[in-house]
Amino acid sequence: MVNQWVATLLAGRVPDWFVALITSTLGAVGILGFVLASNVLGVWMERKVLGRFQIRYGPNRVGPVGLLQTLADAIKVLGKEAITPFGVDRWVYWLAPGVAFLPALLTFAVVPFAPGAALADLDIGLLFVSAVGALGVVPIFMAGWSSNNKYSLIGAMRSIAQTVSYEIPLVLSLVGLVLLGGSLRLSALVEYQLQHGWFLLTQPLAFLIFFIAGSAELNRTPTDIMEGESELVAGYHTEYSGFKFSLFYVAEYTHLFAAAAIITVLFLGGWGTGPVLNLAPAVVWFVAKVYLVVFVFMWVRSTLPRLRIDQLMGFCWKFLIPLALLNIFFTALWVYAALSGPVIAVLNLLLAVALVVLWTQLLAGEEAGSPVPYVARPGG
Amino acid sequence: MDYGYSLSFYALAGLTVLSSLLVVSLRNIFHAALFLVLAFVGIAGIYLTLNAAFLAVVQVLIYAGAIAVLMLFAIFLTRNAMAQGNPPGRLQASALITAGLMFIALAYSFANSRWAPGPATPPDIGPELLAKELFTTFAFPFEVASVLLLVAMLGAILLARE
Repeated sequence: MVNQWVATLLAGRVPDWFVALITSTLGAVGILGFVLASNVLGVWMERKVLGRFQIRYGPNRVGPVGLLQTLADAIKVLGKEAITPFGVDRWVYWLAPGVAFLPALLTFAVVPFAPGAALADLDIGLLFVSAVGALGVVPIFMAGWSSNNKYSLIGAMRSIAQTVSYEIPLVLSLVGLVLLGGSLRLSALVEYQLQHGWFLLTQPLAFLIFFIAGSAELNRTPTDIMEGESELVAGYHTEYSGFKFSLFYVAEYTHLFAAAAIITVLFLGGWGTGPVLNLAPAVVWFVAKVYLVVFVFMWVRSTLPRLRIDQLMGFCWKFLIPLALLNIFFTALWVYAALSGPVIAVLNLLLAVALVVLWTQLLAGEEAGSPVPYVARPGG
Repeated sequence: MDYGYSLSFYALAGLTVLSSLLVVSLRNIFHAALFLVLAFVGIAGIYLTLNAAFLAVVQVLIYAGAIAVLMLFAIFLTRNAMAQGNPPGRLQASALITAGLMFIALAYSFANSRWAPGPATPPDIGPELLAKELFTTFAFPFEVASVLLLVAMLGAILLARE
């Protein structure tokens, strides 16, 4: 919105590319501000929420209700010694934390915060999001390889196996939305939801798959086998300290907020509120929904224990991918039959429940009937 | 053609050429793979300046996100951590012949191109148009490519099970 005002002010006085440069710079600065503020708030929120779930207070010393704790931590972490271990691959080791920040930040470029308030409202926005997500593993590779440490390497290996696998259900679950919405443009998908009902209602199975796969991509606790403190010290960032470690930390929270923003856009109707609650501006609703999704992620983290790697991979390949494919098939059927929104919602909800129950039974039967049950091998 | 486009073209082209050169000249195979990612991203940027956003995103998704990551994965699986240099190859002669043939083919097509300038603003080819072409005019090649990929996938599973 500010951008449009600046653009009209400058139009005609300077060359077009200069206007584009100024407006995009302004947008980028705005997004960066939102991301950094969300990082500070998010870290505080996570510690508070985790504390409450574990029946303790969480940070409450620095500032009102501990709000300034993150700032204090940031200053502390800057003052720490920057250790560079012996024999690291220097260039890659130094670059990895900076690169880690980029993909998450790029995701925000296509997120429509309010009507007409996306930095780049690409007509292939959804594809852009998955492409950027696919790049997210490269910095983890760089960190894991260059650290000259077994644990870092194993962490990076696991993260690749996991991310590459979970990307498939992540993308497949979105096909149903595109079939219904008829566009890859994120703002168009939001408009569709405002007219025909949120995708959370019309595509419940896709939401479930996207949420689980997205949380696996984020490497948060139920699925953070790439860090797994009990097995791998800290995974790919074992050898990082001080400022470089904090960059990884910031990247992780930026990823979290990016995923929450995408879920808000795709499943929770973006900036829309329905007919009743149009009291606050669209941006406020959008940000509120993003924080709600972030809270749910924290809720999941504080509730579920970490999975084993074979469970995680089996869950992806045997459960999420078949269900995502079936979801596409049935959604295509509904679209072909030209059913209306509420009918699709009811059908898909029934379908989601039936499929999840049936598939769990199927997998449980397979597990019981398999000749060699999984045995944890020593050292394996 | 204004300065913004020229500037971004030369920056991206320079980035791509430089990182491609580093890919083939670096001794450290992990660094080479990382520069390959950078080269792919540079090419995607050039597509963007040509108004082909779809192609650019697919380039990043497939080449940088999948193929280069698979290469890195293969390096991780087959080399010791931080191993320097490449193992001695036994296929130098065949690699030389293949590269030479490739060079001749490329040089021939370069020399014989007309290099006709396109329209001042390239047409914006959105996903709808692309999908229509793919599923009507080019439906048969599309299906053939799908079957090829399916066969490759089945072959990989078969190899892994043995």
